[in-house]
Formats: sequence, structure tokens, C-alpha cells
Amino acid sequence: MLRQLEGSRAIAEAVARCRPQVVCAYPITPQTHIVEALGAMVKAGELAPCRFVNVESEFAAMSVAIGASATGARAYTATASQGLLYMAEAVFNAAGLGLPVVMTLANRAIGAPINIWNDHSDAMAVRDAGWVQLFAESNQAAVDLHLQAFRLAESLSLPVMVCVDGFVLTHAFERVDLPTAEQVDAFVPPFVPRQVLDPDHPVSIGAMVGPEAFEEVRYLGHVKQLRALEEIEVVAAAFVDHFGRQGGGLVQPYRTEDADVVIVAMGSVLGTLEDAVDAARDRGRRVGVVGLTTFRPFPADALAGAVSGARSVVVVEKAFSTGLGGVLATDVTLALGGRTGVATVVAGLGGRPITQASLTGVLERACDGTLEALTFLDLDRAVVDRELARMDASARSGPSAENILRDRGERARGPR
Amino acid sequence: MDEHGDAAGTAVRTGPGDSGRTPVKYYQVGSFAVGNRLVALEQRTVQADPERSNALTSGHRACQGCGEALGARYVLDAAMRATGGKVVAVNATGCLEVFTTPYPETSWQLPWLHSLFGNAAAVATGVAAALAATGRDDVRVVAQAGDGGTVDIGLACLSGMFERDDDVLFVCYDNQAYMNTGVQRSAATPPGARTATTEAVGPDPGAPFGQGKDLPRVAMAHDIPYVATATVADLFDLEAKVETAMAVHGARYLHVLVPCPLGWQTASADTVRVARLATESGLFPVFAAVDGQVTSASRIRHRVPVEAYLRQQGRYRHLFPSEDRPGRPDVVARIQAQADANIARYGLLADGDGDGDEDGTRPPGSGVAGSGVAP
Ligand SMILES: Cc1ncc(C[n+]2csc(CCOP(=O)(O)OP(=O)(O)O)c2C)c(N)n1
Ligand code: SF4
Ligand SMILES: [Mg+2]
Repeated sequence: MLRQLEGSRAIAEAVARCRPQVVCAYPITPQTHIVEALGAMVKAGELAPCRFVNVESEFAAMSVAIGASATGARAYTATASQGLLYMAEAVFNAAGLGLPVVMTLANRAIGAPINIWNDHSDAMAVRDAGWVQLFAESNQAAVDLHLQAFRLAESLSLPVMVCVDGFVLTHAFERVDLPTAEQVDAFVPPFVPRQVLDPDHPVSIGAMVGPEAFEEVRYLGHVKQLRALEEIEVVAAAFVDHFGRQGGGLVQPYRTEDADVVIVAMGSVLGTLEDAVDAARDRGRRVGVVGLTTFRPFPADALAGAVSGARSVVVVEKAFSTGLGGVLATDVTLALGGRTGVATVVAGLGGRPITQASLTGVLERACDGTLEALTFLDLDRAVVDRELARMDASARSGPSAENILRDRGERARGPR
Repeated sequence: MDEHGDAAGTAVRTGPGDSGRTPVKYYQVGSFAVGNRLVALEQRTVQADPERSNALTSGHRACQGCGEALGARYVLDAAMRATGGKVVAVNATGCLEVFTTPYPETSWQLPWLHSLFGNAAAVATGVAAALAATGRDDVRVVAQAGDGGTVDIGLACLSGMFERDDDVLFVCYDNQAYMNTGVQRSAATPPGARTATTEAVGPDPGAPFGQGKDLPRVAMAHDIPYVATATVADLFDLEAKVETAMAVHGARYLHVLVPCPLGWQTASADTVRVARLATESGLFPVFAAVDGQVTSASRIRHRVPVEAYLRQQGRYRHLFPSEDRPGRPDVVARIQAQADANIARYGLLADGDGDGDEDGTRPPGSGVAGSGVAP
């Protein structure tokens, strides 16, 4: 049924239709509306016998999810940014234990400086934790990926994180097609845990493993992720069967057929990119874009296939590895067999708008061969240079973020 | 008064066929011996039962004389008996977790989950929530951790579990330091004790005074239904408290003193004796509290000065004179003052000075007012 909904509400309703049994959460912007909605549904008895646990931290939230999942309950939580880092130890633990927890990550920048707006630094910080990480392009995709996440997690016995751009998606009202409970029941079978704490069949879970077997256990995690590459496509195909629309998979190519330049990106920026590509095509530029719906496991073959004809590949990403460059770009380079000339455009950090005009500039330079290897989109380098000068001038130049903020403020006000 | 204390109390007061005859006192019945054949089967400890669950079975790698292994075995088998074998255990990282699960072996014969060092209480909450959501209300949850996993890194999750009154019994095995990582100080390390991070050097050797957390009282401040302390010196009392705890729903806390021969530098054979000296000196008060109020305390039977306790342990060696050091009677006196304060706070002495056992017949588990408290 088509409804005009806030992204968070749509996600909450999608999760509710998957019949979670334990929902635990700790509030953090921009995740709050999702768990508030689920809390209300549980309290009203709409999700009975589901339990909602108001925990005292994200570390506890993931820990409750771990305990619940190991006891055979379908467990769900949601977080963002600082919350994800606060639960990081348990995030790795859930994956190491092979527990099919599903978590929404309302992507948000990481401080300091504290910032509540969207980028992908949080998701990238746990890319090696062993979770399946899916990225939603739109609120419809967010709904569709959550439905698939439970099925994927439970068939793989791996935790799945659905990454949804904070504010840009979580707080945007869009028309969303929400399937009925019956449709979801037919698509998401009841949870059959691979391992469960049961007094009738006692097992020990989480034992100490030394050098004699640790590598094998870790490698198994890798193999399970590689299997996930196949399972994601299987589940995506089943999704089409059940719901009659595309809504998942590994990569989404857009106008890449004869493209000389292909942009690679994840999340809500894809909409803007597709518009920029359309406009460039109208100008006669042969450009396309590949959206990664799946970031972990990394869909190397699917990506290589999608960009095989391109002269140059440009990664537009909302995170970067300080002292190196792109995070996603590094993965893309590796996936393309160490291909040279993969350019990185770091954009949208801390919620800075990524405009079609700026992206058009990127496309033009890429087509002309003048795009640098690493670009920080719309960066005001002069502001940074002035702070560097202050640091060189005085050993006690003060807190940089505050200096930069004051600098920008003063210049915005102009001379008084 | 709990079932055990009551029954044992009756058993010891009079001998069989007492009509018109002087009651016979069975001193042994009132002893701490766990396999005592003079008492009826149901009054013996779970460990005297060959059919016990052996939740923590043999073959684990604890040090000889490990108080934590002893305590955990009694706690879990008592919980198993109380629930008809329907227990799920959640374990924090620490000695207990490490010595019981050397890959690929496990000593646990009940469903057992180890996640992390600081999250046992929250994981247990998740287990309890899942059991409730899946309709398995017959299965109960016990979480366990060392003192570090309880009073330090685990405190936030523990306090959350308490505050929400989640249906979990949390057991702290307090050996008063981070033993698994090599005997570093925790907030449960007592003043004066040497640890690897409070060495016996400098003007104030050992752990400082004026620091540390008293977790049973912190737990009581949450007004949870049941809080109790126990030691491995009185295993009847420990079992009775586990049984009392399992008869209640909601958040419950049991703090068990478990001497560690390695960290305390005591002889392996002295674990129980050292634990007893901890209680009989007044340094470790054994009590129970219901809904945040102390309801009973185990009276000291033979009061001893703290020195008798401290002298058993290498971690306090620097407090006593030897050829190369004068000793620190001032520090011993401060520790004695702490014991005296405990005795006053919990009323640990019977009417007299506690220097004698009035009739020698009181079963150890019962204390004067009864240690296990029926809520
Ligand atoms: C987050 C984290 N910090 C530190 C450690 C290292 N560590 C493992 S066990 C342990 C000590 C455990 O002490 P305690 O809880 O008192 O249990 P004990 O070993 O004394 O029984 C420490 C510090 C860890 N595993 N995880
Ligand atoms: S170090 Fe102490 S707590 Fe750890 S196994 Fe040895 S005796 Fe037990
Ligand atoms: Mg300890």
C-alpha cells in the first residue's frame, strides 16, 4: 500500500512486520524516531509477545540483542554514529558469535567535533566487524532492505546492518509502498536459530579459542560473507517474486552501458548522481553511475562487471581514512584488480550538502581527464590554511574546530 | 527462615527420641562439612548428592584451591536444583570463563554464553527477554562475573539490569582483583592489599584507603527484591541464598567472596579457611537484604582480630614485621577499624562479644536470624 511516510516511520513499520521478538535501543539522533515508533507499537501490544528493552547505553543495546538472539529470539536494534562506536566491542562480538541480529544504522558523522548530520564515517568504522552492510538509496529501499535483512541474517546466521542516511532519509517524507503483514509473513519465515541456549540441549557459546583454531574460525566468517554474496542475490530475486519490484541485490548500475566515466557511490547521494548523469548525458557526455547496495561483503565481481567498459572510475564517498584517502575507493581499487586511476571524491562530510552543480563539475573534470586523484568536494581550503597559519604562529593557538568556526562566522558577517 | 536453616536447626537441637531425656547436641551437624552424614539427605548440600547436575564439571583449568571454581559449582548446582535443571548461564570474561572453556573443551553442562567482559548483565537481560518473548517462562537466567566484571567495567550494564528489575540473578565472584590478567587492582581490592598495580612499595604500600565500591550496598540502593553476600566458607548458606534467590523473580544480586590462592598468595588448601577468617574477623559481612533493607546477618561465631586473616595472605605480607621491614601496625589498625565498623553496621556479634559459640549447635547456614531470607 502506498503511503506518505517519514523514513523512520516506514522503517519502523517494516521492522514491525518482520515480527521482532526483542527490540532494544538507546536514543541517538537521527535514529530516535525509529525506536520511538517501535516502542509505542510494543507498548500498545501490537507486536506481542515482543519485548522492548529501554537500555542504558548502546553497548547494552547490542549486548541485549546478543543474549536474545542466542536464546532464539529475533532481535533488532538501531543506532548511529557515537552510539555505534560505543557499542563497537559488542558489534564485533555479535558477528564473531554468528548471531543474526538486525540493526538499522542511521548514518551520522563521528565527533569530535560533535556533529549530528549525515555522512558514512560510522558505517566505515565497523566495516571489518563481520556484519553484512547494506546501504539504502531511498526510503523505499530502506523498507525493502529491512525486509530482506531479517531473512538474510537468519539464513546466513550473520548480523545485518541496514545503513540509512541520517536526516536525508530518516527524516524525509516520501511515498513508500509498505507491504502487508501477510505478504511479509510469506517472505520472512520464522526464525530457526542455528545455535540456541536451551536447557534440554546445553551448549557452550563464546568459548575461548587459541591459535590452534582461531584462524579457521575467522576464515569461516570470511567464507560466510562470500556465501552472503550469493544469498543476497537469491533473497533479492525472491523479493521480486513476492513484491513485484526490484529492491536489493549487490550493485545497481545506471546508464553504464557505453559509459567512459562511471561514478561509484552508496546511499542517498545516488539520486542526485543519477540526475547529474542524466544532465551530462543530455550534454553528450558518456557517463554512468553504479550504486553499491551491498558494501559488506564487497561485491567485487559485480562491480568489476558493471565498470568494465569505463575509461575511468570515480568514487564519491561520504567518509575518508585520514592520512590515506578514500575508504570505499580503496575497496573499489582492490576489487578492480589494483586498477590505477580510480579517483576519489570525498563529499558530504558532516551533512554538507552535495549539490548537483558540484557533482556536475566532478563529471566534467572526469570526462576531460582533469579530475585529481583525491578531491574534497566544496572544501574551503583557505579556511584551513588560515588555521594552519595560526598554529604555526602560536604554540597555544587554541581549539582548531572553534577557531575555524569563528573564522567562517566572521567572514560570513563581513567587515564591521 | 529458609527451609535449610529451619530444618537443620531443628535437627541439631534434639537427638532422636527426646521425650523426657536431655537433648543431645550433635556438634558435627552444626559444622560446615558439606557431606555430613549425620543429617538427613535433604539437609545436605547439593554437592553431597551423587545425582547433582554437575553444571561445572571436572576437567577445568582453575588453579588448585580456586575459590571461584568452588563458588561457581555450588551456585550453579543449587540454581539447577531450585529450577529443575532449567538454567541458562551468562558469563563475563575472567578467570571463570577462561579456565572452564579451553578450546575445544568446556566444563559447562548447562547452556552457557560468554560474550564480553563488561556486558554479562545486559546479555542476561537479553536472554531473559527472549525467554519471555518465546514463552519459555520455566527457564531462568544466572549471570556471573568476577569483581572486575561486576563492580568496574560491568557496572553500567549491571545497574541498568537492576533498575529495570530484569529477571536475572547476577552472581559476583569476588576475589578482590583482576586475577585473569595477573592480579591488578579493581575497585573491590581492599586497602593495604598488594596487587600488580598497587605494589607493596613506597610510603603507602598496597591498595589505598578511602577508595573502592561496596557493591552489595550499591545493589541495595536499587531497591531490588534480593541482595545477599556469602562466602565459600559456608556453603550451606551459599546454597540457601541461591535457592532463596531463585524463588524470587526480578533482579537479584549475590556477592560471593572467593579467595584466590594465586592473587592472595595463600596456600591452596587454605581457601575455605581464609574465607572463614574474612567473615569471622568482620571484614566481609555476610548478610541478606530484601527490597533494599537488610533482613538478616550471619553472626560471627569465633571473632578473630583482622591480623589472623591478614597474616594468612602474602598480599598483606608487607604489613607485618620481618628482618628487613618493621611492619605497619598502623595500617593493620585501620583495617581492624573497618572490621569493627562492619560488625557495628550489620550487628555481626551475638549478644556477647562473639568470642565463643554459645551452644555450638547453630547450623552455620542459619546465622542467628537466618541467613537465607524468605522474601
Ligand atoms: C574490555 C576489556 N578490557 C579488558 C579485558 C582484559 N581482561 C580480561 S579478564 C580481566 C580481569 C577479570 O577480572 P575479574 O572480573 O575480577 O575476574 P577474575 O579473573 O578475577 O575472576 C581483564 C582485565 C577484556 N577482556 N576486555
Ligand atoms: S588465578 Fe585465582 S581466580 Fe583465577 S583460576 Fe587461579 S585461583 Fe582461580
Ligand atoms: Mg577478580
